[in-house]
Amino acid sequence: MSNNEIELKIKRQDGPESSPYWERFSVPYKPHSNVIFCLQEIQRRPINADGKDVRPVVWECNCLEEVCGSCTMVINGKVRQSCTALTDQLKQPIVLEPMSKFPVVRDLQVDRSRMFENLKKVKAWVKIDGTYDIGEGPVVSQTDRNKAYDLSQCMTCGCCLEACPQFQLNNDFLGAASFSQVRYFNLHPTGAMNRDERLESVMGEGGIADCGNAQVCVEVCPKNIPLTESIAEIGRQTTWEIFKKLFFK
Amino acid sequence: MVKREKKIIIIGGGLAGLATALKVCESKMKAVLVSYQPLKRSHSVCAQGGINAAIDTKGEGDSPEIHFYDTVKGGDFLAHQPPVRDMCYQAPAIIRLMDRMGVAFNRTPEGHLEFRRFGGTLFSRTAFAGATTGQQLVYALDEQVRRYEHDGLVEKLEWHEYLGAVIDSGGICRGAVVHDLRTGSIFTLKGDAVVLATGGPGQLYSRSTGSTVCTGSAATSAYLQGAKYANGEFIQIHPTAIPGLDKLRLMSESARGEGGRIWVPRKRDDDRDPLDIPDEERYYFLEENHPLFGNLVPRDVASREIHDVVYNKKLGVGGDAMVYLDLTHHTKEYLDNRLGGILDIYEKFTGEDPHKVPMKIFPAVHYSMGGLWVDYETDGHGMIDHRSPRNQMTSITGLYAAGEAEYQYHGANRLGANSLLSCIYAGLLAGPCIHSYTQHLDKAPEDVSSSVYDDARRHWESRFQEIRSLNGNENPYSLHQELGESLLANVLIVRTNNKLKETLKTIDDIETRAKQVNCLDTSDWANPTPSFINQLYNMIHLSRIITQGALVRDECRGAHFKPEFALEQPDRFDPHEYIDYIEKSHYEDVAETDFAPGHLTYMKQFEEKENHWRKSTIAQFKNNCPDISFEEVDASLVTPRPRKYD
Repeated sequence: MSNNEIELKIKRQDGPESSPYWERFSVPYKPHSNVIFCLQEIQRRPINADGKDVRPVVWECNCLEEVCGSCTMVINGKVRQSCTALTDQLKQPIVLEPMSKFPVVRDLQVDRSRMFENLKKVKAWVKIDGTYDIGEGPVVSQTDRNKAYDLSQCMTCGCCLEACPQFQLNNDFLGAASFSQVRYFNLHPTGAMNRDERLESVMGEGGIADCGNAQVCVEVCPKNIPLTESIAEIGRQTTWEIFKKLFFK
Repeated sequence: MVKREKKIIIIGGGLAGLATALKVCESKMKAVLVSYQPLKRSHSVCAQGGINAAIDTKGEGDSPEIHFYDTVKGGDFLAHQPPVRDMCYQAPAIIRLMDRMGVAFNRTPEGHLEFRRFGGTLFSRTAFAGATTGQQLVYALDEQVRRYEHDGLVEKLEWHEYLGAVIDSGGICRGAVVHDLRTGSIFTLKGDAVVLATGGPGQLYSRSTGSTVCTGSAATSAYLQGAKYANGEFIQIHPTAIPGLDKLRLMSESARGEGGRIWVPRKRDDDRDPLDIPDEERYYFLEENHPLFGNLVPRDVASREIHDVVYNKKLGVGGDAMVYLDLTHHTKEYLDNRLGGILDIYEKFTGEDPHKVPMKIFPAVHYSMGGLWVDYETDGHGMIDHRSPRNQMTSITGLYAAGEAEYQYHGANRLGANSLLSCIYAGLLAGPCIHSYTQHLDKAPEDVSSSVYDDARRHWESRFQEIRSLNGNENPYSLHQELGESLLANVLIVRTNNKLKETLKTIDDIETRAKQVNCLDTSDWANPTPSFINQLYNMIHLSRIITQGALVRDECRGAHFKPEFALEQPDRFDPHEYIDYIEKSHYEDVAETDFAPGHLTYMKQFEEKENHWRKSTIAQFKNNCPDISFEEVDASLVTPRPRKYD
């Protein structure tokens, strides 16, 4: 391995039904470069390590500053965003794989629409009356706002689900990201008015009761969202909901 | 008679697109939301510092009228004033709306919205959610749109790219041609109106603060179809970004709004640790040169000062193109609460902790004040008619634009935290106006001859077939980088006519070579290459609009700076003198002795320059080139005057 080059080993796949294969590349070394830069270099010179012309690697990215959530992939065995994966800090060859818990679209690009569908399932919104100017929002204490802000930075990247042993390609588990969104909206004074229907949505199959408490979600979250706290909190809220139903209805 | 359901096609899922979609649904029309990628990932999430509204919660005496004045002054009086004024008056309602949606805005001890300082104003006018305000606002609007999607009023087409408008023989837009980025199929969407909320063109410069989707391709496509493109040469260079190979990452103006100070060592090549350099040996050049606004001068001014310090005074940190942005005087707790998000990003990319050491930053291409020309209508008293179908409509009937894709609100330079406002404002305005438009539409899309749609589809199908068959020796991605390098070198902070002419030649050369590209990937599934080659063609045309506009405009205004044509403001000049001068000159000959020495000469030169140049640049596509003309600017509300920030 030469010091002037960055070596990469990339798991490629032509389409959802095709079988995956590995391909090696090397790109010129540049200090302070990241994995995105390496993939862009491959676009500019799409030749693999055997000197063969190949099609450029396909991946998903947009903001390149870890706020849009697009460029998540498995890098040297760890799920993370490729924009903040600096090559100087990575062991070579840098191994890139698509996330395994979502259907592969092509190469490193996966289909995370399940996450967005789940946001619909758990009714992840505040029910406002409309967009007309009917006055201020509710007063919120600094403490509650800070708690909400920690949760509101979830960029639907999928790291927590990739790491979760319970979340699988072929099951219905909602996963930490969705539970945390339920907590987020239940925390808001107006959002809390629809607390019950949100809790209802996480009490069925694939809901909060299926969480195996592996606690790995919180370790991989790039935004340090307190996901295990959210799971515990939603666990408490649903238990109270069941209790209420049993005794007060 | 059964009322038919109207269908509005919205391209883009950022703030402007989402805001339009909400209003479209509220007007009981159906919204089809087309996005290049899943919603929630649009470039609006990159906005950091906040959103402006003059609510004056701190008793500073702020008002929407002052917000309006600051905005048109910040834009060097190039924006039409009635729409800007309306935006500033609607701003408080927009903040209240976003607050009701649950945005985690920072709070005061009593639990109300907190506001902070930003550039180009002396008031605390900026509401914020840590330093990820854009992300938080996008999420809130996205959640509301998802609620409508859940109720069946919104249809989302994610992973679809807009290629062009469907325009009938009468010149009316009847729908859009879109490209499925997974299957590669090209098809038309029939609609009563189309809205381009497709953002800015940062990718033209290859490296900017923009996201990878910010190619300006959709707006350029409209220009190629005959829409007017306005003020293209006004590209904002943000003073503070983190240098990088793939992207120049924004370091929010809010860092200075929260007291961040810009400095360089006074001594050239001073290689001491910044923390070892005592205060008197630091050159706080913005504070020294602009005592009133200090570090919060508008972006065009700050970027020029940094450029001057680095390239003319050669005082860049370590001899490199970098200056310090220093927050180390604040506590960690304060910084994390007010600037949460961006300081982590700085540390992740540079390995240095900005709580402990000053950040190293440099200006970067950030925002386009120019964009598609859009119309507006007043009620005759300078107030915007909120129901007029003309508001936000491009020069193609039925084709609307909102957000950074259009040119309406920022003139020659945008003030920080006004972009989130203009995106949401324009989107919320567009919805009801489009509704009015559809009320008077001559026919439904279903009654438009099917050949109009078929022809549009076939045009794009053959275009893409052509692209797929390209097998020359040029790499499209490398060519894009070359285009960017050329613009970065010559169409940036300081512009000269020689370099601009040279750049036009480079663009011509790149256009010729672009015909020789190799379509590196011709497979049918999820193949981004043909789409990128098409975007590259559009980027070439847009580069030409920007460069040609810059070449023609022989003056300095906002972000457009040509030293050759700079007017030197005399010492102790007060912009109000200019108002006096204008007043007086209506009635009598003004004598040199009425003002301090040199002031009248300057004001006469300024007046002449204003009469000649205070006009919108309009580019129209003719013979493969932008045909440039100029349009009067509506300055009926505030008298334009020389800008001053010290």
